[in-house]
Amino acid sequence: MTKTWNNRAWFLVLPVLLLVAFNAIIPLMTVVNYSVQETFGNNLFFFEGTKWYEDVLTSDRFHASLFRQFLFTGIILLIEVPLGVAIALTMPRSGPWVSVCLVLMALPLLIPWNVVGAMWNIMALPDIGLLGYGLNALGIPYNFTRQPISAWFTVVLMDVWHWTSLVVLLAYAGLRSIPEAYYQAARIDGASRWSVFRYIQLPKMNRVLTIAILLRFMDSFMIYTEPFVLTGGGPGNATTFLSIDLVKAALGEFNLGIAAAMSIIYFLMTLLVSWIFYTLMTRGEDQ
Amino acid sequence: MRVTRWLVPTLYIIFLLLPIYWLVNMSFKTTNEILGGFSPWPKNFTIDSYVEILTNPVWYNGYISSISYVLINTVISVAFALPAAYAFSRYRFLGDKHLFFWLLTNRMAPPAVFALPFYQLYSAVGLFDTPWAVALAHCLFNIPLAVWILEGFMSGVPKEIDETAYIDGYSFPRFFVKIFMPLIASGIGVTAFFCFMFSWVELLLAKTLTSVAAKPIAAVMTRTASTSGYELGLLAAAGVLTIIPGAIVIWFVRNYIAKGFALGRV
Repeated sequence: MTKTWNNRAWFLVLPVLLLVAFNAIIPLMTVVNYSVQETFGNNLFFFEGTKWYEDVLTSDRFHASLFRQFLFTGIILLIEVPLGVAIALTMPRSGPWVSVCLVLMALPLLIPWNVVGAMWNIMALPDIGLLGYGLNALGIPYNFTRQPISAWFTVVLMDVWHWTSLVVLLAYAGLRSIPEAYYQAARIDGASRWSVFRYIQLPKMNRVLTIAILLRFMDSFMIYTEPFVLTGGGPGNATTFLSIDLVKAALGEFNLGIAAAMSIIYFLMTLLVSWIFYTLMTRGEDQ
Repeated sequence: MRVTRWLVPTLYIIFLLLPIYWLVNMSFKTTNEILGGFSPWPKNFTIDSYVEILTNPVWYNGYISSISYVLINTVISVAFALPAAYAFSRYRFLGDKHLFFWLLTNRMAPPAVFALPFYQLYSAVGLFDTPWAVALAHCLFNIPLAVWILEGFMSGVPKEIDETAYIDGYSFPRFFVKIFMPLIASGIGVTAFFCFMFSWVELLLAKTLTSVAAKPIAAVMTRTASTSGYELGLLAAAGVLTIIPGAIVIWFVRNYIAKGFALGRV
């Protein structure tokens, strides 16, 4: 659609701008402020320059949680995206079961995040949880509050349970937009199942999969509530991801300078990713 | 091939329903039975946990405050986003692309970054511990989302409709309310659903911005779990009750939910 140039459109945007600015700019300035100052209480602040940033960037603790964050995000992307596409491919294309499938699959997306954590906690308890009891009964030693491996397994399984449906729904919407004529043409040409997927279905899903991957990347990058309720970041620090570490530093230890500098670094990383996201999406629209 | 067509989705749905079943199972057990050991279904079926939640004000007030800030947030987000989305879908103006990108970055900002400054900001303006604080704070990510989804739906409406209406002598507000909004009614519904959903599932900001009066149900749950040891039956029943509103509204948007997640762009 060709858009007309009209600067008065600013008036329509102004309310949103003011409200979001109140929520985004004032808090962000507060964080920037803390990140360059030192305090000894009593509201006395001293300018510290880049000291906190240097502390954060050289601290082993930050490196460790950043590493865990990337590892977690990498693992869940590698599981959820192929699994989601595979499920979308096997879903019925029409009929009464489609609605039932869609509603049941979307259900995990609507459960409050702390309930997701609590639910998996109950599910994974070694003595009375279905998962924990079952694994131990099969002879696999499993205790997510003691063994880091078990904790990671549970957190990843929980995220797969929680968010794979997002990939399924998006991939399925992409698949449904393919006209039946494409499949007929492929059948006449004698195309194999794989070439149908590679040359018809995958290109059509390209856009929605970009959205799915980036949404999953960003939401998993800021994950907090679910692992916090499930494992509390433990055992030890085994599942302390960036957000958990940040909240620990800011609200738990009241280490304002460190927490603020960490926030800014964290925010800049998400900003970079958002920019890539935006470029990828708008590139498709301009064509 | 015939078998895998229904086998894979069925197995996946069973996998999705197992933890939910386990939660429901726990919510109907007595505390003694839960602590007694593993049992795949409740042996002494009881609804005591539900009775406790529905009669104890600490519990049911949690639901009331959650629902009130979610509703306030949904109304504000949709009302503010409607004109902005129209501007983005119909006009080019100075700095439009930068503004759109800036809005998007707020959807992507980790709430943990904003937790402490939000606490100070909303204390300073005297809204701390009211549903309004949480409702306004959730606008941070819900307004950008609403603008995006609505813009996608609006771009699907041909521009000729606007032009014809203006030629017929409609003013902008009258055209917008009488002609344009009915045309994108499904889009508004989906947007409202998404604002409802993301405000409903968020805990970190909701917990940080409330203490006693406006404590959301999610925070009541986490505090119960930590203070009074293991009241798993209560916790499970409270969890089951938080799933119900989502399960009801989802039926109405089942065919649009993917479009919403793709920000109106499928």
